[in-house]
Amino acid sequence: MKKTDSLTTLRLQNVTTGYRLKGHKIPVGTDYTATLPAGRLTCLLGVNGSGKSTLLRSLSKSQNILEGEIFIGNRNITSVPYSEIGKLIGIVLTERVDSPNMTVYELLSLGRAPYSNFWGSVSDEDRIIIKEAMQIIGIGELADRKVCSLSDGERQKVMIAKTIAQQTPVILLDEPTAFLDYPSRLELMMLMRKLAHENNKTILLSTHDIPLAMQLSDYLWLVDKDRKLVTGTPDELGTRGDIGNSFNRDGVTYNHSTNTFIKK
Amino acid sequence: MSEIQLRRSKTTVSFLILGALVIVLFAANLTIGSVNISPAKVFRVLTGASDVETTVRFIVLDSRLPAAITALLAGASLAVCGLMMQSAFRNPLAGPSVLGVNSGASLGVALVMLLWGGTFRGSTMGMTGISVVMSGAFAGAMCVMGLILFLSNILRNPVTLIIAGMMTGYLVSSLITLLNFQATAQGIQSYVMWGMGSFGGQTRETIIPFAILTCVGLIFSLSLVKSLDLLLLGEDYARNLGLNLRLTRNLLLIATGILSAVTTAYCGPVSFIGLAIPHITRLLFPTDFHRLLMPACILMGGAVAMLCNLLCLIPQSGILPLNAVTPLIGAPVIIWVILKSRR
Repeated sequence: MKKTDSLTTLRLQNVTTGYRLKGHKIPVGTDYTATLPAGRLTCLLGVNGSGKSTLLRSLSKSQNILEGEIFIGNRNITSVPYSEIGKLIGIVLTERVDSPNMTVYELLSLGRAPYSNFWGSVSDEDRIIIKEAMQIIGIGELADRKVCSLSDGERQKVMIAKTIAQQTPVILLDEPTAFLDYPSRLELMMLMRKLAHENNKTILLSTHDIPLAMQLSDYLWLVDKDRKLVTGTPDELGTRGDIGNSFNRDGVTYNHSTNTFIKK
Repeated sequence: MSEIQLRRSKTTVSFLILGALVIVLFAANLTIGSVNISPAKVFRVLTGASDVETTVRFIVLDSRLPAAITALLAGASLAVCGLMMQSAFRNPLAGPSVLGVNSGASLGVALVMLLWGGTFRGSTMGMTGISVVMSGAFAGAMCVMGLILFLSNILRNPVTLIIAGMMTGYLVSSLITLLNFQATAQGIQSYVMWGMGSFGGQTRETIIPFAILTCVGLIFSLSLVKSLDLLLLGEDYARNLGLNLRLTRNLLLIATGILSAVTTAYCGPVSFIGLAIPHITRLLFPTDFHRLLMPACILMGGAVAMLCNLLCLIPQSGILPLNAVTPLIGAPVIIWVILKSRR
């Protein structure tokens, strides 16, 4: 295998994300320049409609960018074929897998697809990797359960285990904590932090849970009110007032020293 | 892991049962009919023994054997078609007729039979007649396929594509009705007969191209199982795991196009089998994985089609049209699917 070591990361160079509609460019986020720190948990923050999902889709090559360049390692992502993307970037989406009879184990075996043969059959090596993925995420007891019978928290863990089975150095997650109760959110964020630090994964996770992100992430990407991408450690962005500038509303302000939103 | 082993052995048993069912029904198709021929005699005919009456030999080799093979392969093709469409469009009610491909084939046949109807006469049209009808059906199906292929690159939403397919079907039906006004009584008759559907009417010669084309289509479809399994996760996850979505979509349309065109040309627009068999198969194989479902659908489709062929023989006075029998099996299954999805 080629360079898929812990140093593989994503880098944006003057990127404009957006859509093309009948030949017209409709930009969503303009002039993003940033690097995702390798082996770290980065949270992507921004209000609804700020273009977080569009950015995540662009980073996983699910959608083309309008301008600029995205690099994975030192390669331009446009030159990386889809068959190889699956070995470099694993994704967890908000959309649910609704296949009625699929078991957790079967879903994880599909995570081996980028490596499997023409028929998609699972080798002994694949079985070991899938078992390891279940152990790392702590879902061993779910192997035979139907995916559609899982709770939201369990389902997210299974999708994360899929990216572990995929053995990608980079993992992108689109609002994985959205439907979870507070303890599950905390658990999931801590799990992602552990994966970044102990398994050398480069993780970008979009969330609306600002206090949790401030507390647990190593780094932040913030889409601010002008749809510019501001980056830095949680402490930097908090002290500079970037968080407050982006999320303060009439009557609600962010207090960095207590890491809470309070009434004015 | 013991549960996985248990499920695996269950799957093996299900496959063995299904295989046995196919063999029994195939044998029944050779022995049962207006003249009952004992299995021993059938066996002697098949092994080429010389002490059998020529009439018996003719019935087995030139009527029942081609019909049984046609039923087996046509049932398998339609079932695989239905399975692929239901997965590709993520719609349990998709089937070969839904995309209008069957209607396209019908239009091709209608053009051949109704405009030049006088020159071909029903079941006695012979090899040239059948190959003309075949070409008509194939051309018609491929025209609709081309249209759907073109539309599928514009319409990204599978549901709108299905609606486009259904509209194509209606348009084609209307064209056929208009053609009927121009046609001779003989042409209309042979077209109506074809439209009732039948696995019979094939000879030892005409079945060879049918068998080759169907087998090619089935092998082509089997090569798509990994893509179909990935599509179970949804398009975005499938793309991330290395699937070329546009190529896969086009290959699926071509595979379903070949299978339904060939089957429709030979057997008429057979209703309900393509739609119902995948659901019946899932009862026996509770999985979503195509690497299991598709081979199972091939066997189940063949078995049910051969059963339908036997049911057509029930009245002593004649043979029931195939499309009078298939809804008896298909319609209840579809109602059951709708009731189940309501929950």
